[in-house]
Amino acid sequence: MGAQPRPPRVEDPVRDKAFKSDLVTLIPQLRAFARTLTGDATAADDLAQDAMMKAWDARASFEMGTNMKAWTFMILRNQFYSEKRRSWRQTQLDQEAAERTLVAIDDPAAPVALDELRLGLGMLPAEQREALILVGAGGFAYEEAAEICGCAVGTVKSRVSRARRALQAILESGGYDRDGRSAGEAMGAILAQAERLSGAR
Amino acid sequence: MNPTMGTKPPFSRRPPALDEARLRQQVIGAKLRQMFDEVVKEPVPDEFLDILRRADPSDAGEG
Repeated sequence: MGAQPRPPRVEDPVRDKAFKSDLVTLIPQLRAFARTLTGDATAADDLAQDAMMKAWDARASFEMGTNMKAWTFMILRNQFYSEKRRSWRQTQLDQEAAERTLVAIDDPAAPVALDELRLGLGMLPAEQREALILVGAGGFAYEEAAEICGCAVGTVKSRVSRARRALQAILESGGYDRDGRSAGEAMGAILAQAERLSGAR
Repeated sequence: MNPTMGTKPPFSRRPPALDEARLRQQVIGAKLRQMFDEVVKEPVPDEFLDILRRADPSDAGEG
């Protein structure tokens, strides 16, 4: 009987060390992805830390040399949706995240154009937002994004293109009306519009 | 000669509105990356490395 080629359960400090140093380089990316999913810096860091620890605990199942970024993003995404299922219904969270983003744009330190973009992103359905972020900002190919989201490549392509169209329409329409109307009222109108646009073929 | 070669190639048959939409998409794409990269460039809070250090028993001796 020879030695196992890849012992999964045996402690391997050398491998662990390599794994950890790769994982550490991915932390900034995980934080950024978490921020776009939650729309809230504190919740995002909690999520990113949870995902980082889940990745560490599951390190034996990771095949060194394969795409660790995609692997950790998948863990983070699964963590996000399992927490979401536990606490609130999805639609409620989306609505609240969007309203929180609307409030957050009063931060005078942030550049206006990005505020508008954040607000617009907050209005997209969650699955469109994540597809657009993964492909448009995260640097993933459609195939990788599909693997991360657990759906077909064609589905990712369609979500990305719908997200792009809806986002463009939101930004062009001036986006939002903060003066004169209540945030909730403005949000309702914008969400309805975004839904109509993103649903259009 | 290929008979279809006689017709003039469509140099700018794309309506101007489509070009404009494309341009806007590029702007949105650039902003999207900027937004993401802004977070990527933030210094990582110490908490992350602390948690990882505590979880790794082989890391006891390292700074």
